[in-house]
Amino acid sequence: MSQVMSRENLQKWAPVLVLIALILFFSIANPNFMSVRNFARIAMAATPALMISIGITFIIIMGSIDLSMEGAVAVCAVVFATLFLSLGGALDSWAWVALPATLVVGACFGLVNGLVHVKLKIPSFMASLSMGFVGIGLSLLMTGGDRIRVEDPLFRSLLTERVLNFPLMVYFAGLALLVAWFIQSRTRIGRNFYAVGGGEELAHASGLNVNRVRVLGFMIAGAFYALGALFAVARIGIAETATGYNLMFISITSVVVGGTALWGGTGGVWNSLVGVLIVNVIANGMIVIGLPRYVQDGVLGVLVILAVYLSTDRKSLAFVK
Amino acid sequence: MFELQKVDKIFPGVHALKAVDFEIKRGEIVGLVGENGAGKSTLMKVIYGAYQHDGGQVFVDGKTVRFHNPRQAMDMGVGMVFQEQSLIPNLTVMENIFLGFEKQFVNFGVIDWKKMAEAARHQLKKVKLDISPSTTTSQLSFAQRQLVELAKVLTLEERVQGDLVILLDEPTSVLAKDEIKLLFELVRDLRSRASFIFVSHRLDEVIDLSDRIYVLKDGEVVDVVNADEADVDSIQREMVGRNINKEYYREEQQKPYDDTKVLLELESVGNSGKYRDISLKLHAGEVLCLVGTEGSGREAILRTIYGLQRPESGSVSIKGQALKGFSAKCGVEKGVAYVPRERKIEGIVGGMTVFENMTLSQMGNYSRAGVLDVRHERALAREWIEKLSIKASSENADCGNLSGGNQQKVVLAKWRSGGSDIILLDHPTRGLDIGAKEDVYDMVRDMSAAGIGIILVADTLEEAIGLSHTIAVVKDGEIQKWFDCKPGCKPSLYDLIHYMI
Repeated sequence: MSQVMSRENLQKWAPVLVLIALILFFSIANPNFMSVRNFARIAMAATPALMISIGITFIIIMGSIDLSMEGAVAVCAVVFATLFLSLGGALDSWAWVALPATLVVGACFGLVNGLVHVKLKIPSFMASLSMGFVGIGLSLLMTGGDRIRVEDPLFRSLLTERVLNFPLMVYFAGLALLVAWFIQSRTRIGRNFYAVGGGEELAHASGLNVNRVRVLGFMIAGAFYALGALFAVARIGIAETATGYNLMFISITSVVVGGTALWGGTGGVWNSLVGVLIVNVIANGMIVIGLPRYVQDGVLGVLVILAVYLSTDRKSLAFVK
Repeated sequence: MFELQKVDKIFPGVHALKAVDFEIKRGEIVGLVGENGAGKSTLMKVIYGAYQHDGGQVFVDGKTVRFHNPRQAMDMGVGMVFQEQSLIPNLTVMENIFLGFEKQFVNFGVIDWKKMAEAARHQLKKVKLDISPSTTTSQLSFAQRQLVELAKVLTLEERVQGDLVILLDEPTSVLAKDEIKLLFELVRDLRSRASFIFVSHRLDEVIDLSDRIYVLKDGEVVDVVNADEADVDSIQREMVGRNINKEYYREEQQKPYDDTKVLLELESVGNSGKYRDISLKLHAGEVLCLVGTEGSGREAILRTIYGLQRPESGSVSIKGQALKGFSAKCGVEKGVAYVPRERKIEGIVGGMTVFENMTLSQMGNYSRAGVLDVRHERALAREWIEKLSIKASSENADCGNLSGGNQQKVVLAKWRSGGSDIILLDHPTRGLDIGAKEDVYDMVRDMSAAGIGIILVADTLEEAIGLSHTIAVVKDGEIQKWFDCKPGCKPSLYDLIHYMI
């Protein structure tokens, strides 16, 4: 049995090993990489992506896919900024209401997404892709293409205030991760995600309301997208349609690189954390050692192919579609 | 002509085949029997090239060979007729037959369909199947598909010089009695062209068809017997390694049921095209068996009771309350449990642990406001692992890695621990070996002693007669006849078959 254990363990811990290897590699290539300042920079850059990745993790565990995050983030960011400014534009006044309101907006966006998928019986891939475009269009309509500045110092302290050299938002993201972990491992809905991903027919025959689980999954994912939008706005101080730009590829890459299988039933939010860190360490490391931006995108693409290749047990999978 | 000598196969942690000697002569039909996990499928996979042996040698006509994949085995004349139907349903019969070997019909990249149809017709004639080669496969019956599979393997005859070895893996499991007879006649006819290795759980069939029988236990060949000297009892003993209880179906434990307490009542329930005018009462502690041929409507009735299918007429009431909503969720809440025949699809979630599977249908009892009480869940799982002696390393073991019998126990534990008192068993012993079957029979008796009502669709008629208090014979969607099955005065096979066909 020891052999089996070691192989299984290897597969389980491979993402972490890759992360450590990457950190070592970049540290040797440029000693500046290994500094608290740089790690803080990586953590900060990773924060919005981590939230999006957590959201999509739940969907992928169910065996579905969600491609609406860029639209969802754009809508959430713009709604937040508009509401925040119209309520006074300062966190210590009534404007704080904009924070929970944004989470509700994200969840509602997910609700619509889920209902379109489940009620109209449109594959999640197509339903969410379309909803993403709807979101982009909606946010453009609201802003007219303008940027909205959010300059409240208290809100921006998420970025500017540092505890032990890391900005405040990193700690809040850590908290959100713990909440996600709790949902995943300690709640009915979390267990149901795995059941649906592992055997949908069976989950149905056991009296589970599979459609309800699906819709709830999209709602939870939407709420995490909203969190991601908040962190993204806090980071750059601007809300616009482009706030969600590039998050789709980054988040799905992270989830897959972290070891959550695309066909559902396995993986979890810790995998996604490791995945997000791998992606961001690579992005940051390549800047530190001086590679141009366009090389980075290419490297990330290769990385996804590599991760899926390594994580798949091809013996049991003769063909894929 | 085909021989294995001292073949070993080792998986991490498991010695699956231990120095297996196996020989098959020209035109011979060799039976291969053993319990689940005895190594039958591993041995077959080595033979048809899906696995490579780790030790020993494989000979074809005295020459050492090593198959790296099934294609190489086919080129040497070894072909496999799969248990799970391996035909692609949306392709035509001829496309399936020549799948992967279309090259012979291709001119400049274009397939000559006429030529392929002609060749396919020739193959179908070998198995005496009179269908058009351009039929879409999904339109065929199970029996016809099985024959197409055989025809597909028989194409080896034209491609390979020398002798053929054809493996038949549980070919009879989806067939009706007369279809089995036809298949056997066909195999006997074909032995002039090929040797067969026949694998089945049904020992009487193996003895009937084979010349010699290899008995496998724990990865070793424990005996090779000539079929004319073999009998079911002694082979069973060798497979299991102990005597089979004479009281196989636990008849001595059959207690009369409580006829004052009606758990479930169906009143002239009908569903057009499936069944009509079905009335029955299930009492506490009763085992009611629905007997009939495949497609007689038994399964549809079960699905209606469970709430997966809404009936068009009549009424269903559970514990005196008429059912209004029809959904699996409703059924579960009313205490109805369904143990489906496809364990892998509807029985357990592979990849989830034992305790997670057990609480899957009743998470409400183990959570407050959506938050799970995992400690409570584990305690429950440990209790039931103990109670049903489930062989799992712990409650955290992956259910997908358990043997079929133990998976079945987990499914039953799931429902019983949730307090279900109407249990629908759809072929609960299908694919299980003898030891595991006996465990299931014990569980059935335990459940009925505990006042649980059971509706059973049994794997064999003997099983139905042995286990049940009451038998309803279903034919063409109608109940033809009721039988009372008190221990000591049970109806015979003949009594039942008379009303079935």
